Amino acid sequence: MNQQRSATRPLAADTRPWRDPAARPFLSIRGVTKQFGLFTAVDGIDLDIFRGELFCLLGASGCGKSTLLRMLAGFEVPTAGEILLDGQDMSTVPPHRRPTNMMFQSYALFPHMTVEKNVMYGLLREGMARAAARDRAQDMLRLVKLEKFGGRKPHQLSGGQRQRVALARALVKQPKLLLLDEPLGALDKKLREETQFELVRIQETLGTTFIVVTHDQEEAMTIATRIGVMRDGGLVQVGEPREIYEAPETRFVADFIGSVNLFEGQVDAAAPDAMRVLTRDLGPVTLRPVPGLTLGQTVWIALRPERLALSHAEPTAPNRFRALVEDVGYMGQLSIYRLRLRGGRLVQATLSSRSMEDDPISWDEEVWVSFAPTAGRVLTE
Amino acid sequence: MTALTQSRPWRWTARGLGVLGFSGRTLVIAIPMLWLLVFFLVPFFVLGRISLAEPILARPPYSPLFDRAPDGSLEILANLDNYRLLWEDTLYRNAYLSSIRIAFVSTLFALLIGYPIAYYIARSPEPRRTILLLLVILPFWTSFLLRVYAWMGFLQREGLVNSFLLFTGIIDAPLIMMQTTFAVQVGIVYTYLPFMILPLYANLTKLDEAFFEASADLGASPLVTFLTVTLPLSVPGIIAGCMLVFIPAIGEYVIPALLGGPDTLMIGRVLWDEFFSARDWPMAAAVAIVMLFLVVAPVMWLQDWLDRRGLNR
Repeated sequence: MNQQRSATRPLAADTRPWRDPAARPFLSIRGVTKQFGLFTAVDGIDLDIFRGELFCLLGASGCGKSTLLRMLAGFEVPTAGEILLDGQDMSTVPPHRRPTNMMFQSYALFPHMTVEKNVMYGLLREGMARAAARDRAQDMLRLVKLEKFGGRKPHQLSGGQRQRVALARALVKQPKLLLLDEPLGALDKKLREETQFELVRIQETLGTTFIVVTHDQEEAMTIATRIGVMRDGGLVQVGEPREIYEAPETRFVADFIGSVNLFEGQVDAAAPDAMRVLTRDLGPVTLRPVPGLTLGQTVWIALRPERLALSHAEPTAPNRFRALVEDVGYMGQLSIYRLRLRGGRLVQATLSSRSMEDDPISWDEEVWVSFAPTAGRVLTE
Repeated sequence: MTALTQSRPWRWTARGLGVLGFSGRTLVIAIPMLWLLVFFLVPFFVLGRISLAEPILARPPYSPLFDRAPDGSLEILANLDNYRLLWEDTLYRNAYLSSIRIAFVSTLFALLIGYPIAYYIARSPEPRRTILLLLVILPFWTSFLLRVYAWMGFLQREGLVNSFLLFTGIIDAPLIMMQTTFAVQVGIVYTYLPFMILPLYANLTKLDEAFFEASADLGASPLVTFLTVTLPLSVPGIIAGCMLVFIPAIGEYVIPALLGGPDTLMIGRVLWDEFFSARDWPMAAAVAIVMLFLVVAPVMWLQDWLDRRGLNR
C-alpha cells in the first residue's frame, strides 16, 4: 500500500516522461514484425522510448529481444512496421547511415587495431581529422578509466577492460541512441555488479538514450528506468522495475522477475472491502478486492517470498496456515525457507536473517505461515 | 584408456622409458619428428653431401666424400665449385630469377582470383557453402597431367580461345599463346588455385560476423569495411595461400615442360636437365639446395613477421 503511494507521488523533478501522456517519444516502434521464413522472431511490437531513458528489453533466449535490437541497429530489416527515431523513419536506412551505435555482446573489438584506433574508428569514418579524433578518443577512454591503455591491443586487456573499450567505441560518435546487446553478459558476477553502476553513471553523465538487451532480471532491475518483458516475440509488460516486480500483469512476468509462489483458485465471494478466493492448496484466502472479476472466475494469487511471515505463535493475520520447514538456506542478510503445506504443496519464504534472531526457526519445525490481504496480487492470466 | 594406462605392461614400459629420459609427451612429438628426420632431414643431408662432390663416370655418378690420400691419411673431398658456378653462370642465375618472377606473377593472379571466390564461399549459407567447397576440390579427382593437357586444347593456335575470339571478331589473326610464359602462368594459376582458396576460406570463415557489423555500425561503407577490417584480418590467410602457391610454383617442372616454350626458363627444368641429360648429380644437388634456401628464407621471415604482429593466433 505504502509503496503504491510513493510510486505515484511526483518526484522533485520528474524525469519520467513515460508518465506524461503528452510527452513526445524519442523512439517509436510501431507494429514491428520480423519473420525468418516461417518463424516469427518479433511479432508486432509497439513501444515508445523517451529521450535519456535506460530501457531494458528483458527475456529468455530466443524471445526476440536481440532481433528487435538488431532491427534498431539496421542489421535486420523489419518484415512489417516502422521504426521512428526522432521523427524519422529508420526502418530501411542501412546501419552505416544510422545515428545509432551498438555495443556487441562479443564486443567485436578489431583485433588488429590498438584500443585507441578502435575508439577512433567511428570518428575517422565520418571524416574527422586524425588529431581531433585522437583527442576525442582519449576523452572517451578517460570516461571509462582506460586512458593509459590506448596503445594496447584488445587481446592484451582483461574481460572487464575490453567491455569498457567496447562501450567507449560505441559512445564516441555521440549516438542519439546506444544499443547494448548483453553488455555485461561476459563478465563474472562480482565485476558485473560493479559495472552495472558504472554503466548507469556513464549513461547519466552523457544523457544518451540506452536500450539494453539482457536475460538477467536482476541486472535489468538495477539499471533500467523501464523494463520491457518479452516472450515469444511479443512484449508482455512494460513498466518501471518496481511496477514489474510489485504489480506483474501475468503469471509469466511474476514468475520471470524474481521468485513467486503461485496459487490457482476461484473467486468465491466479493465485498467492497475484501474478497475471498477459494484455492486448492491454501483453502479460502482473503484478499483486497480487484475490480472487474466475476464470481467463480479462475484467478492466480502471486505471493512474493518476502511477503510471507513465519512464526511459532499463531498470528492474527486472516491468512494463516500450518507448514513444516523442509529446508533453510542461509544467504547472509537473508534466509530462504522451503515450507511444506499441509496439502503437500511447497512454498518459499524469504526473511531477513536479523528478524529471525528473536524467534529462530529451524528444520523440521511446524510453524505458522501468514500473509496480509494486501500481500497477494491477483492475476487473471 | 585408464584401464590401459593402469595395466602392468604399460606402466613398466612407461617407467622404463622414463629412466631413459622419455616422457609420454616427448614420445608423441617423436612421431612427427621422426617423419621429418627420415623424409626431410636425411635426404637433405644426402643431397648436401652430393652437392659437394664432383661428377664421375661411375655408379653412383659422383665422387666419394672420404678418400685415402697417397700417404695413407683420410681426406675429405668437398668442394664448393658447384655453388660458385651457380653464382657465376648467368644461366642458373637467370633461371632462378625467371622462376621467382613467374611464380610471383602466378601467385599474384591466384590471389586476385582466389580471394573473391574464398570470400564468396565463406559468406555463403550452409548447404551452398559445402557444394562450392566441393567444386573447388573436385579437379583433384582428375589427373593433374590430364588437366594441364586440357589447357593445350584451350590455348593452342586452333584452340577454343582463339576460335572464340576469331568467331566474335575481337581479333582477326590467332593469338600465339602456347609455348609462352603466359601459358605457363595460366597453367600454374589454374593448378594451384585451390591451394590459394582453401587457406583463405579457412581464415575468412572464422572471422566473427560481428566485426563487419561493428564496422558498419560505426559508419563504414561495405568497401571501407573490406579495406580496413576484412583485408587486414585475412592477412594470415593471404600469406598461407601465397606460400602454398609460390613455393611449389618456383620448382614447377611439368607445367613449363608441357605449356612453356624454349624461352621459358625455370629452375625445375634446369634441375631435370642436370640430373638426366647432363648426369651431373652434384650440380643438380647444388641447384636443389639453393632453391630450398630461396624458399625457406621468406617463409621463416613471414612467420616471424606474423608472430610479431600478433596475427598468428
